[in-house]
Amino acid sequence: MIPAAFDYVAPTTVDDAVRALSEAGEDAKVIAGGQSLLPVLRMRLAAPSKLIDLGRIPELRGVREDGDTLVIGAMTTHYEVQRDPLVREHALLLACATDTVADPQVRHRGTLGGSLAHADPAGDLLAPALALDAELVVSGMDGRRAVPATEFFTDFFETSLRPGEILCEIRLPKYTGWSAHYEKFNRVAQAWSIVAVAAAVRVENDTIAQARVGLTNMAATPVRATAVEQALIGQPATPEAITEAAQHAAEGTAPTTDGNADVEYRQHLARVLTSRAVTAALST
Amino acid sequence: MRITVTVDGTKYSDDVEPRQLLVHYLRERLGKVGTVVGCDTSNCGACTVHLDGHSVKSCSVLAVQADGSEVTTIEGLARDGQLHPVQQAFHDNHALQCGFCTPGMIMQSIDLLADDPDPDETAVREGLEGNLCRCTGYQNIVRAVRDAAAKMSGGAGPEAERVGESQQVAGGGN
Repeated sequence: MIPAAFDYVAPTTVDDAVRALSEAGEDAKVIAGGQSLLPVLRMRLAAPSKLIDLGRIPELRGVREDGDTLVIGAMTTHYEVQRDPLVREHALLLACATDTVADPQVRHRGTLGGSLAHADPAGDLLAPALALDAELVVSGMDGRRAVPATEFFTDFFETSLRPGEILCEIRLPKYTGWSAHYEKFNRVAQAWSIVAVAAAVRVENDTIAQARVGLTNMAATPVRATAVEQALIGQPATPEAITEAAQHAAEGTAPTTDGNADVEYRQHLARVLTSRAVTAALST
Repeated sequence: MRITVTVDGTKYSDDVEPRQLLVHYLRERLGKVGTVVGCDTSNCGACTVHLDGHSVKSCSVLAVQADGSEVTTIEGLARDGQLHPVQQAFHDNHALQCGFCTPGMIMQSIDLLADDPDPDETAVREGLEGNLCRCTGYQNIVRAVRDAAAKMSGGAGPEAERVGESQQVAGGGN
Protein backbone atom coordinates (compact mmCIF):
# COMPACT_ATOMS: atom_id res chain seq x y z
CA MET A 1 0.00 0.00 0.00
CA ILE A 2 1.32 3.40 -1.00
CA PRO A 3 0.34 6.68 0.66
CA ALA A 4 -1.29 9.44 -1.35
CA ALA A 5 1.21 12.03 -2.56
CA PHE A 6 2.25 14.78 -0.15
CA ASP A 7 4.85 17.51 0.12
CA TYR A 8 7.53 17.02 2.71
CA VAL A 9 9.73 19.29 4.73
CA ALA A 10 12.21 18.44 7.48
CA PRO A 11 13.12 21.62 9.39
CA THR A 12 16.06 21.64 11.78
CA THR A 13 14.74 24.02 14.45
CA VAL A 14 11.46 24.27 16.36
CA ASP A 15 10.96 27.84 15.10
CA ASP A 16 11.24 26.68 11.49
CA ALA A 17 8.89 23.78 12.16
CA VAL A 18 6.27 26.03 13.73
CA ARG A 19 6.54 28.45 10.81
CA ALA A 20 6.28 25.63 8.27
CA LEU A 21 3.24 24.23 10.04
CA SER A 22 1.42 27.55 10.23
CA GLU A 23 2.16 28.33 6.57
CA ALA A 24 1.10 24.88 5.38
CA GLY A 25 -2.47 25.25 6.55
CA GLU A 26 -4.98 22.83 7.98
CA ASP A 27 -4.26 19.87 5.74
CA ALA A 28 -0.67 19.58 6.92
CA LYS A 29 0.37 16.99 9.45
CA VAL A 30 3.32 16.77 11.81
CA ILE A 31 5.26 13.50 11.69
CA ALA A 32 7.29 12.42 14.72
CA GLY A 33 8.45 8.78 14.66
CA GLY A 34 5.71 7.93 12.18
CA GLN A 35 4.86 4.57 13.70
CA SER A 36 1.17 5.44 13.95
CA LEU A 37 0.96 7.99 11.14
CA LEU A 38 2.66 6.01 8.38
CA PRO A 39 0.35 2.97 8.70
CA VAL A 40 -2.59 5.40 8.59
CA LEU A 41 -1.21 7.06 5.45
CA ARG A 42 -0.51 3.70 3.81
CA MET A 43 -4.07 2.60 4.39
CA ARG A 44 -5.17 6.00 3.08
CA LEU A 45 -7.19 6.71 6.18
CA ALA A 46 -5.59 10.15 5.95
CA ALA A 47 -4.10 12.11 3.07
CA PRO A 48 -2.37 15.25 4.35
CA SER A 49 -1.13 17.75 1.79
CA LYS A 50 2.18 18.18 3.58
CA LEU A 51 4.23 16.40 6.21
CA ILE A 52 6.41 18.40 8.58
CA ASP A 53 9.00 15.97 9.88
CA LEU A 54 10.37 16.73 13.36
CA GLY A 55 13.02 14.03 13.03
CA ARG A 56 15.89 16.39 12.26
CA ILE A 57 15.45 18.83 15.14
CA PRO A 58 18.18 18.07 17.72
CA GLU A 59 16.65 20.34 20.41
CA LEU A 60 13.59 18.07 20.60
CA ARG A 61 15.61 15.04 21.60
CA GLY A 62 17.08 13.84 24.87
CA VAL A 63 16.52 13.75 28.62
CA ARG A 64 17.81 16.31 31.10
CA GLU A 65 17.27 17.54 34.62
CA ASP A 66 16.01 21.00 35.45
CA GLY A 67 16.17 21.26 39.23
CA ASP A 68 13.36 19.12 40.62
CA THR A 69 12.00 18.46 37.15
CA LEU A 70 12.83 15.81 34.60
CA VAL A 71 12.59 17.13 31.03
CA ILE A 72 12.14 14.75 28.12
CA GLY A 73 12.31 16.05 24.56
CA ALA A 74 9.22 15.17 22.55
CA MET A 75 11.26 13.41 19.86
CA THR A 76 13.09 11.15 22.32
CA THR A 77 12.43 7.62 21.09
CA HIS A 78 10.86 4.90 23.22
CA TYR A 79 14.15 3.04 22.99
CA GLU A 80 16.01 6.05 24.38
CA VAL A 81 13.46 6.54 27.17
CA GLN A 82 13.75 2.86 28.12
CA ARG A 83 17.52 3.06 28.46
CA ASP A 84 17.85 6.47 30.05
CA PRO A 85 19.19 6.26 33.61
CA LEU A 86 17.50 9.55 34.62
CA VAL A 87 14.09 8.24 33.54
CA ARG A 88 14.65 4.97 35.46
CA GLU A 89 15.65 6.91 38.55
CA HIS A 90 13.05 9.67 38.56
CA ALA A 91 10.13 8.38 36.47
CA LEU A 92 10.26 4.60 36.74
CA LEU A 93 6.58 4.30 35.84
CA LEU A 94 7.17 5.90 32.45
CA ALA A 95 10.08 3.53 31.79
CA CYS A 96 7.96 0.50 32.76
CA ALA A 97 5.12 1.52 30.44
CA THR A 98 7.52 2.31 27.60
CA ASP A 99 8.97 -1.21 27.89
CA THR A 100 5.57 -2.56 26.83
CA VAL A 101 4.98 -0.33 23.79
CA ALA A 102 4.59 -2.32 20.54
CA ASP A 103 7.83 -4.12 19.63
CA PRO A 104 11.57 -3.34 19.45
CA GLN A 105 11.52 -2.06 15.86
CA VAL A 106 8.66 0.32 16.62
CA ARG A 107 10.37 1.48 19.82
CA HIS A 108 13.45 2.42 17.79
CA ARG A 109 11.40 4.91 15.75
CA GLY A 110 8.39 5.83 17.87
CA THR A 111 8.66 8.80 20.22
CA LEU A 112 7.19 9.85 23.55
CA GLY A 113 5.90 13.15 22.18
CA GLY A 114 4.42 11.48 19.11
CA SER A 115 2.52 8.99 21.26
CA LEU A 116 1.12 11.70 23.52
CA ALA A 117 0.13 14.01 20.65
CA HIS A 118 -1.49 11.09 18.81
CA ALA A 119 -3.65 10.60 21.95
CA ASP A 120 -4.83 7.08 21.21
CA PRO A 121 -6.77 6.11 24.37
CA ALA A 122 -5.22 2.64 24.06
CA GLY A 123 -1.71 4.14 23.89
CA ASP A 124 0.42 3.14 26.85
CA LEU A 125 2.12 6.43 27.70
CA LEU A 126 -0.90 8.62 28.31
CA ALA A 127 -1.89 7.11 31.66
CA PRO A 128 1.64 7.38 33.10
CA ALA A 129 1.87 11.00 31.89
CA LEU A 130 -1.42 11.77 33.63
CA ALA A 131 -0.62 9.81 36.79
CA LEU A 132 2.77 11.51 37.12
CA ASP A 133 1.34 15.04 36.66
CA ALA A 134 3.26 15.68 33.46
CA GLU A 135 3.32 19.14 31.98
CA LEU A 136 3.42 19.34 28.20
CA VAL A 137 5.27 22.25 26.69
CA VAL A 138 3.95 23.25 23.28
CA SER A 139 5.23 25.82 20.82
CA GLY A 140 3.31 27.90 18.31
CA MET A 141 3.54 31.18 16.44
CA ASP A 142 2.37 32.94 19.62
CA GLY A 143 5.17 31.44 21.67
CA ARG A 144 5.37 28.65 24.20
CA ARG A 145 2.86 27.49 26.77
CA ALA A 146 2.75 24.67 29.28
CA VAL A 147 -0.33 22.45 29.38
CA PRO A 148 -0.96 20.13 32.33
CA ALA A 149 -1.67 16.53 31.27
CA THR A 150 -5.12 16.86 32.86
CA GLU A 151 -5.97 19.46 30.19
CA PHE A 152 -4.00 18.02 27.29
CA PHE A 153 -6.07 14.94 26.47
CA THR A 154 -9.54 16.05 25.47
CA ASP A 155 -11.16 13.16 23.54
CA PHE A 156 -10.45 10.14 21.30
CA PHE A 157 -7.29 11.10 19.39
CA GLU A 158 -7.91 14.72 20.38
CA THR A 159 -5.68 17.07 22.37
CA SER A 160 -5.73 20.72 23.32
CA LEU A 161 -2.92 21.42 20.85
CA ARG A 162 -4.07 24.40 18.79
CA PRO A 163 -3.64 24.61 15.03
CA GLY A 164 -0.01 25.38 14.30
CA GLU A 165 1.29 24.16 17.66
CA ILE A 166 3.94 21.49 18.17
CA LEU A 167 4.57 19.45 21.31
CA CYS A 168 8.18 20.15 22.32
CA GLU A 169 8.89 18.64 25.71
CA ILE A 170 7.43 16.67 28.55
CA ARG A 171 8.21 17.90 32.05
CA LEU A 172 7.77 15.62 35.05
CA PRO A 173 8.26 16.24 38.75
CA LYS A 174 10.84 13.76 40.02
CA TYR A 175 9.50 10.59 41.63
CA THR A 176 12.82 9.50 43.05
CA GLY A 177 12.58 6.41 45.23
CA TRP A 178 9.06 5.50 44.12
CA SER A 179 8.19 1.95 43.07
CA ALA A 180 6.22 1.44 39.90
CA HIS A 181 4.63 -1.06 37.58
CA TYR A 182 2.63 -0.96 34.35
CA GLU A 183 0.21 -3.88 34.10
CA LYS A 184 -0.97 -4.36 30.52
CA PHE A 185 -3.69 -6.70 29.39
CA ASN A 186 -3.72 -7.56 25.70
CA ARG A 187 -4.48 -10.58 23.63
CA VAL A 188 -1.32 -11.15 21.60
CA ALA A 189 2.21 -9.77 21.47
CA GLN A 190 2.43 -6.17 20.17
CA ALA A 191 -1.35 -5.68 20.40
CA TRP A 192 -2.85 -2.56 21.94
CA SER A 193 -3.94 -2.60 25.56
CA ILE A 194 -7.49 -3.76 26.12
CA VAL A 195 -7.04 -2.20 29.55
CA ALA A 196 -3.82 -1.33 31.35
CA VAL A 197 -2.98 0.17 34.73
CA ALA A 198 -0.06 2.44 35.58
CA ALA A 199 0.78 2.45 39.28
CA ALA A 200 3.45 4.26 41.26
CA VAL A 201 3.71 4.13 45.04
CA ARG A 202 5.99 5.42 47.73
CA VAL A 203 6.27 3.37 50.90
CA GLU A 204 7.39 4.74 54.25
CA ASN A 205 7.77 2.41 57.24
CA ASP A 206 5.72 -0.35 55.56
CA THR A 207 2.88 2.09 54.95
CA ILE A 208 1.83 3.48 51.58
CA ALA A 209 2.63 7.16 51.88
CA GLN A 210 1.80 8.27 48.34
CA ALA A 211 0.14 6.60 45.36
CA ARG A 212 -0.52 7.41 41.72
CA VAL A 213 -2.74 5.26 39.54
CA GLY A 214 -3.61 5.89 35.89
CA LEU A 215 -5.84 3.82 33.62
CA THR A 216 -5.35 3.11 29.91
CA ASN A 217 -8.33 2.62 27.59
CA MET A 218 -11.01 3.10 30.26
CA ALA A 219 -12.43 6.22 28.58
CA ALA A 220 -11.86 8.46 25.57
CA THR A 221 -8.94 9.92 27.49
CA PRO A 222 -6.61 8.43 30.10
CA VAL A 223 -8.18 8.35 33.56
CA ARG A 224 -6.66 9.00 36.96
CA ALA A 225 -8.01 6.51 39.53
CA THR A 226 -8.10 9.02 42.38
CA ALA A 227 -10.44 6.91 44.52
CA VAL A 228 -7.90 4.08 44.46
CA GLU A 229 -5.10 6.49 45.32
CA GLN A 230 -7.03 7.87 48.31
CA ALA A 231 -7.88 4.36 49.49
CA LEU A 232 -4.24 3.27 49.32
CA ILE A 233 -2.70 6.20 51.19
CA GLY A 234 -2.04 5.41 54.82
CA GLN A 235 -2.68 1.70 54.36
CA PRO A 236 -0.18 -1.02 55.19
CA ALA A 237 1.35 -2.56 52.08
CA THR A 238 -0.62 -5.81 52.44
CA PRO A 239 -2.52 -7.85 49.81
CA GLU A 240 -5.84 -7.24 51.64
CA ALA A 241 -5.42 -3.47 51.68
CA ILE A 242 -4.47 -3.43 48.00
CA THR A 243 -7.42 -5.61 46.91
CA GLU A 244 -9.77 -3.43 48.93
CA ALA A 245 -8.45 -0.21 47.36
CA ALA A 246 -8.51 -1.68 43.86
CA GLN A 247 -12.28 -2.17 44.11
CA HIS A 248 -12.59 1.56 43.40
CA ALA A 249 -10.68 1.35 40.08
CA ALA A 250 -13.66 1.60 37.73
CA GLU A 251 -15.17 4.63 39.48
CA GLY A 252 -15.40 7.63 37.22
CA THR A 253 -14.46 5.68 34.09
CA ALA A 254 -16.39 5.53 30.81
CA PRO A 255 -15.03 2.57 28.84
CA THR A 256 -16.39 1.55 25.47
CA THR A 257 -17.49 -1.81 24.13
CA ASP A 258 -15.54 -3.21 21.19
CA GLY A 259 -14.58 -6.57 19.72
CA ASN A 260 -12.15 -7.22 22.56
CA ALA A 261 -14.25 -6.41 25.59
CA ASP A 262 -17.53 -4.91 26.74
CA VAL A 263 -17.97 -2.23 29.39
CA GLU A 264 -18.49 -4.58 32.35
CA TYR A 265 -15.49 -6.68 31.42
CA ARG A 266 -13.30 -3.61 31.10
CA GLN A 267 -14.45 -2.43 34.55
CA HIS A 268 -13.64 -5.87 35.93
CA LEU A 269 -10.21 -5.74 34.28
CA ALA A 270 -9.54 -2.30 35.75
CA ARG A 271 -10.06 -3.66 39.28
CA VAL A 272 -8.05 -6.83 38.77
CA LEU A 273 -5.20 -5.12 36.94
CA THR A 274 -5.03 -2.30 39.51
CA SER A 275 -4.57 -4.88 42.24
CA ARG A 276 -1.87 -6.60 40.19
CA ALA A 277 -0.14 -3.35 39.26
CA VAL A 278 0.07 -2.05 42.82
CA THR A 279 1.17 -5.46 44.12
CA ALA A 280 3.88 -5.70 41.48
CA ALA A 281 4.98 -2.11 42.14
CA LEU A 282 5.35 -2.84 45.84
CA SER A 283 7.52 -5.85 45.12
CA THR A 284 9.99 -3.87 42.98
CA MET B 1 13.54 14.99 -3.36
CA ARG B 2 17.19 14.11 -3.63
CA ILE B 3 18.40 11.65 -1.00
CA THR B 4 21.77 10.06 -0.34
CA VAL B 5 21.75 6.77 1.49
CA THR B 6 24.44 4.20 2.16
CA VAL B 7 22.95 0.74 1.71
CA ASP B 8 24.99 -2.36 2.49
CA GLY B 9 28.18 -0.34 2.20
CA THR B 10 27.40 1.36 -1.12
CA LYS B 11 26.41 5.02 -1.38
CA TYR B 12 23.37 5.84 -3.53
CA SER B 13 21.95 9.21 -4.54
CA ASP B 14 18.45 9.22 -5.97
CA ASP B 15 15.45 11.43 -6.59
CA VAL B 16 12.47 9.97 -4.73
CA GLU B 17 8.90 10.97 -4.10
CA PRO B 18 8.36 11.94 -0.45
CA ARG B 19 5.68 9.28 -0.16
CA GLN B 20 7.99 6.44 -1.18
CA LEU B 21 8.47 3.94 1.64
CA LEU B 22 11.99 2.82 2.46
CA VAL B 23 11.12 -0.80 1.66
CA HIS B 24 9.93 0.16 -1.81
CA TYR B 25 13.04 2.24 -2.39
CA LEU B 26 15.24 -0.69 -1.40
CA ARG B 27 13.40 -3.24 -3.50
CA GLU B 28 12.31 -1.31 -6.56
CA ARG B 29 15.01 1.29 -6.98
CA LEU B 30 18.03 -0.56 -5.64
CA GLY B 31 16.93 -4.11 -6.42
CA LYS B 32 17.46 -5.22 -2.82
CA VAL B 33 14.66 -7.76 -3.02
CA GLY B 34 16.06 -9.77 -0.11
CA THR B 35 14.03 -7.41 2.05
CA VAL B 36 10.42 -8.49 1.60
CA VAL B 37 7.03 -6.87 2.11
CA GLY B 38 4.91 -9.07 4.32
CA CYS B 39 1.81 -7.64 5.94
CA ASP B 40 2.20 -4.02 4.81
CA THR B 41 0.58 -2.96 8.11
CA SER B 42 3.74 -2.89 10.30
CA ASN B 43 2.76 -6.02 12.19
CA CYS B 44 4.87 -8.78 10.72
CA GLY B 45 8.44 -7.48 10.72
CA ALA B 46 9.41 -9.24 7.46
CA CYS B 47 10.73 -5.94 6.07
CA THR B 48 13.06 -5.30 9.04
CA VAL B 49 16.36 -3.62 8.15
CA HIS B 50 18.88 -1.69 10.22
CA LEU B 51 18.80 2.10 10.02
CA ASP B 52 21.95 3.60 11.54
CA GLY B 53 22.49 0.40 13.48
CA HIS B 54 18.98 -0.11 14.86
CA SER B 55 16.25 -2.38 13.56
CA VAL B 56 13.25 -0.71 11.93
CA LYS B 57 10.30 -1.88 9.89
CA SER B 58 11.15 -0.43 6.49
CA CYS B 59 7.46 -0.28 5.56
CA SER B 60 7.06 2.31 8.32
CA VAL B 61 9.89 4.61 7.35
CA LEU B 62 9.88 7.00 4.40
CA ALA B 63 12.86 6.85 2.06
CA VAL B 64 13.34 10.60 2.62
CA GLN B 65 13.66 9.95 6.35
CA ALA B 66 16.66 7.72 5.61
CA ASP B 67 18.49 10.55 3.83
CA GLY B 68 22.05 10.73 5.13
CA SER B 69 21.72 7.41 6.95
CA GLU B 70 23.27 4.00 6.71
CA VAL B 71 21.00 1.05 5.96
CA THR B 72 21.90 -2.60 6.29
CA THR B 73 19.69 -5.22 4.69
CA ILE B 74 19.84 -9.00 4.77
CA GLU B 75 21.86 -8.76 1.56
CA GLY B 76 24.63 -6.86 3.30
CA LEU B 77 25.41 -9.43 5.99
CA ALA B 78 27.51 -12.06 4.25
CA ARG B 79 31.19 -11.31 3.63
CA ASP B 80 33.11 -12.97 0.79
CA GLY B 81 30.68 -15.84 0.56
CA GLN B 82 30.74 -16.39 4.31
CA LEU B 83 27.39 -16.12 6.06
CA HIS B 84 26.93 -13.85 9.08
CA PRO B 85 26.96 -16.05 12.21
CA VAL B 86 23.23 -15.46 12.72
CA GLN B 87 22.52 -16.50 9.11
CA GLN B 88 24.68 -19.57 9.64
CA ALA B 89 22.84 -20.43 12.86
CA PHE B 90 19.45 -20.17 11.10
CA HIS B 91 20.82 -22.54 8.45
CA ASP B 92 22.29 -24.97 10.96
CA ASN B 93 19.15 -25.10 13.11
CA HIS B 94 16.69 -25.26 10.24
CA ALA B 95 15.13 -22.06 11.57
CA LEU B 96 12.89 -21.57 8.58
CA GLN B 97 10.07 -23.30 6.80
CA CYS B 98 8.75 -21.22 3.91
CA GLY B 99 11.49 -18.63 4.53
CA PHE B 100 9.44 -15.50 4.00
CA CYS B 101 9.90 -14.14 7.53
CA THR B 102 13.58 -15.12 7.58
CA PRO B 103 15.19 -11.84 6.41
CA GLY B 104 13.31 -9.88 9.07
CA MET B 105 13.89 -12.53 11.73
CA ILE B 106 17.63 -12.49 11.09
CA MET B 107 17.88 -8.69 11.05
CA GLN B 108 15.91 -8.41 14.30
CA SER B 109 17.92 -11.25 15.90
CA ILE B 110 21.14 -9.37 15.15
CA ASP B 111 19.67 -6.25 16.75
CA LEU B 112 18.59 -8.26 19.78
CA LEU B 113 22.03 -9.80 20.22
CA ALA B 114 23.66 -6.38 19.97
CA ASP B 115 21.68 -5.27 23.04
CA ASP B 116 21.74 -8.61 24.85
CA PRO B 117 24.57 -10.91 23.76
CA ASP B 118 23.33 -13.85 25.82
CA PRO B 119 19.51 -13.81 25.86
CA ASP B 120 17.59 -16.62 27.55
CA GLU B 121 14.63 -18.16 25.75
CA THR B 122 12.16 -15.62 27.12
CA ALA B 123 14.38 -12.72 26.09
CA VAL B 124 14.65 -14.14 22.56
CA ARG B 125 10.88 -14.51 22.28
CA GLU B 126 10.32 -10.98 23.58
CA GLY B 127 13.05 -9.59 21.37
CA LEU B 128 11.37 -11.12 18.33
CA GLU B 129 7.84 -10.14 19.30
CA GLY B 130 7.63 -7.77 16.34
CA ASN B 131 8.29 -10.57 13.86
CA LEU B 132 5.69 -13.11 12.84
CA CYS B 133 6.37 -16.55 11.37
CA ARG B 134 3.15 -17.70 9.79
CA CYS B 135 4.52 -21.26 9.51
CA THR B 136 4.71 -20.99 13.32
CA GLY B 137 8.28 -22.24 13.21
CA TYR B 138 9.35 -20.35 16.31
CA GLN B 139 11.02 -23.22 18.18
CA ASN B 140 13.91 -23.50 15.77
CA ILE B 141 14.18 -19.75 15.38
CA VAL B 142 14.66 -19.39 19.14
CA ARG B 143 17.18 -22.25 19.04
CA ALA B 144 19.07 -20.57 16.21
CA VAL B 145 19.33 -17.24 18.03
CA ARG B 146 20.61 -18.96 21.18
CA ASP B 147 23.06 -20.96 19.06
CA ALA B 148 24.28 -17.79 17.34
CA ALA B 149 24.70 -16.09 20.72
CA ALA B 150 26.82 -18.96 21.96
CA LYS B 151 29.06 -18.76 18.90
CA MET B 152 29.52 -15.00 18.90
CA SER B 153 31.55 -13.49 21.66
CA GLY B 154 31.53 -9.81 20.82
CA GLY B 155 27.87 -9.16 20.11
CA ALA B 156 26.28 -8.89 16.70
CA GLY B 157 25.51 -5.23 16.19
CA PRO B 158 26.80 -2.90 13.53
CA GLU B 159 30.32 -4.02 14.49
CA ALA B 160 29.65 -7.56 13.36
CA GLU B 161 28.20 -6.25 10.12
CA ARG B 162 31.32 -4.28 9.31
CA VAL B 163 34.21 -6.49 10.34
CA GLY B 164 35.49 -9.43 8.43
CA GLU B 165 38.01 -10.99 10.71
CA SER B 166 36.28 -11.52 14.05
CA GLN B 167 33.10 -12.48 12.26
CA GLN B 168 34.83 -15.23 10.31
CA VAL B 169 36.43 -16.59 13.43
CA ALA B 170 33.06 -16.63 15.21
CA GLY B 171 31.14 -17.98 12.24
CA GLY B 172 33.59 -20.74 11.50
CA GLY B 173 33.42 -22.19 14.98
CA ASN B 174 30.88 -24.94 14.39
